[in-house]
Amino acid sequence: MSTVTGVSTADQTPGPDGPQPLQGDRASTGRFGDRIFGGAATVSGIVVIAIVSLIAVFLVVQAVPALMDNSANFFTSRVWAPGGDKPAFGILEFLWTTVAASTIAMLISVPVGVAVALFITQYAPAWLRRPAATLVDLLAAVPSIVYGLWGLIAFAPVFKPVQGWIEDKLGWFPLFAPTGISGGTICFIGVVLAIMVLPIVTALSREVFDQTPTPHKEGALALGATQWEMIRTAVLPFGRPGVISASMLALGRALGETIAVTFLVSALSDGSPWTWSIFNGGETFASKIANNAAEFSNPTKTGAYIAAGLVLFVLTFVVNSIARVVIERRKAFTE
Amino acid sequence: MTAAIDRRTPDDRSSSDGSDLPDAARSGGPAVPAAGATPPGDGPGREALSEMSHPHRARAVKNGVAKGVMWAAFALAMVPLVWILGTVVAKGMHMLTTMTWWTGNQRNINSDDFGGGARHAIEGTLQMVAFTTLIAVPIGILTAVYLVEYGRGPLARAISFTVDILSGVPSIVAALFIYAVWVTTFGLGRSGFAASLALVLLMIPVVVRSTEEMLKLVPNELREAAYALGVPKWVTVVKVVLRTAYSGIITGVLLGIARVMGETAPLLILAPYTKNFQRDLFNGNFPTLPMMINQDRGDFALTTAAERMWGAALTLILLVLLLNVIGRVIAHFGSVKK
Repeated sequence: MSTVTGVSTADQTPGPDGPQPLQGDRASTGRFGDRIFGGAATVSGIVVIAIVSLIAVFLVVQAVPALMDNSANFFTSRVWAPGGDKPAFGILEFLWTTVAASTIAMLISVPVGVAVALFITQYAPAWLRRPAATLVDLLAAVPSIVYGLWGLIAFAPVFKPVQGWIEDKLGWFPLFAPTGISGGTICFIGVVLAIMVLPIVTALSREVFDQTPTPHKEGALALGATQWEMIRTAVLPFGRPGVISASMLALGRALGETIAVTFLVSALSDGSPWTWSIFNGGETFASKIANNAAEFSNPTKTGAYIAAGLVLFVLTFVVNSIARVVIERRKAFTE
Repeated sequence: MTAAIDRRTPDDRSSSDGSDLPDAARSGGPAVPAAGATPPGDGPGREALSEMSHPHRARAVKNGVAKGVMWAAFALAMVPLVWILGTVVAKGMHMLTTMTWWTGNQRNINSDDFGGGARHAIEGTLQMVAFTTLIAVPIGILTAVYLVEYGRGPLARAISFTVDILSGVPSIVAALFIYAVWVTTFGLGRSGFAASLALVLLMIPVVVRSTEEMLKLVPNELREAAYALGVPKWVTVVKVVLRTAYSGIITGVLLGIARVMGETAPLLILAPYTKNFQRDLFNGNFPTLPMMINQDRGDFALTTAAERMWGAALTLILLVLLLNVIGRVIAHFGSVKK
């Protein structure tokens, strides 16, 4: 099963007569039942297209009036005051927090996730492989609100001294400057997100590493490569597109993760100074929207949050599209 | 020789890659020869071989380091899993052993009161998820049928692409969309049903992808045999293809349910929590397990509130795991044989 990726072994395993699309199109004879069933299937497909288009349309339509009323620059302002007579709201802060936390999540989860995938496919003894894969998948089965709860109560106290130590030693560097906030810092959220997206990176990477042609690996070993050299020269190059798209999918998930982040963030007070520090607080797009669900009282206010949601939608759309393009090209290449 | 064998086993034993190598090639195939295998005599050949069997010091060290790193990475990945599950079980278990937990609700219980029941939330979650499944599964399965059995050309590509996009839509965006349609445009109130609709959006891509996968595994010969007997295409799809892939589809559906069961963002926006029993999905507030956890968020420093949160989290995890396990068992015993 590779529901994460949409790439199946069936795509890669050619039939007895070589790779062919499944036949049978012409068996449809225009019988009543055929037309009904085929029609229903087509309609379902079109419904899916309609849903995705409607998401974009509705978000844009409801965001635009609010954006027109906005007295601040939507992209460069740090103010968020969508209520009142003169609404002013900008997303700069959410954009920074979201991107910074997701970047930290990627910096941790991609190397670790790839290493775990290599462990499962190349290093683990045969008996350990299935259990190991299942255990990593289990991480994905834990609901995200539980990550939030765990992060809030169990992990935060442990992370605090680590952050204190880094601030102590590297505080002179702007990225690690102490800000006095120790709970839900950008860095802490990034670490929790890394744990949450790790199974995504691992699942897809594992899949592509498993497909490395045996002759490539044996060839490398026969030339005297050590196991690591074999992985570096045969397995990793073969799996690179898979790893890239896995990272993109994981990034998409990290950008949009809502409830765990909502549990953890420490919102900044209005007018707090700008800092590049990853030990600062701040809300992400998703947590800002979730935290203020009760505030959707008038069209402009709602529109402001929908505009923020639209930016998030566009971000994840772009990231996911890149993932798909990379993996489609790889598929075309292997066939 | 053992050293050499050890190096290769991870690759060779992965029979899942369907390699057709004969057994001899698997067990004794090209490998780094051990010291004993080096032929006698002098000359450049011998040097090369001994170079192969005793990789240069730096290379051997690198190899060992890499191996250590991989094991360490796996151990590192297991830390949060064990930690999370351990904490949830340790702190939430004693709530689940009380009878009230399974029979009562949270009515008149404040954050600083002990205990209370979770039955309202368990029922609510199950009811909402059942409703979601009822809508998402037919659309998902039919879409997958279209993609595998009917779809060719631009429409199929467009559908496939949008399914991918839909699977990447963050849950909060799906919730905002339903809010924009349901509440802002149609003027209807927030309700469990509205949240169900948002969950449908999140569940469809999971069902489509897993069903598609299973339908692709159904051998073409089965379809051809049916056509040869003059069976109409739609009967072939319903009675041959879907029936063959049946267990795999169920598995996919269960995994989809497991995914939406723990979603909280749509509930936060669309279905405010209530501490009472509430079976009406269409009007008013609706109790669910994730929202029950969320309810006490501000008071997590209170032992009573924290206990309740852990109890609800454990209940939720157990429900999700149960579905996952059932899904995997069905997949294991009923999978399509190639």
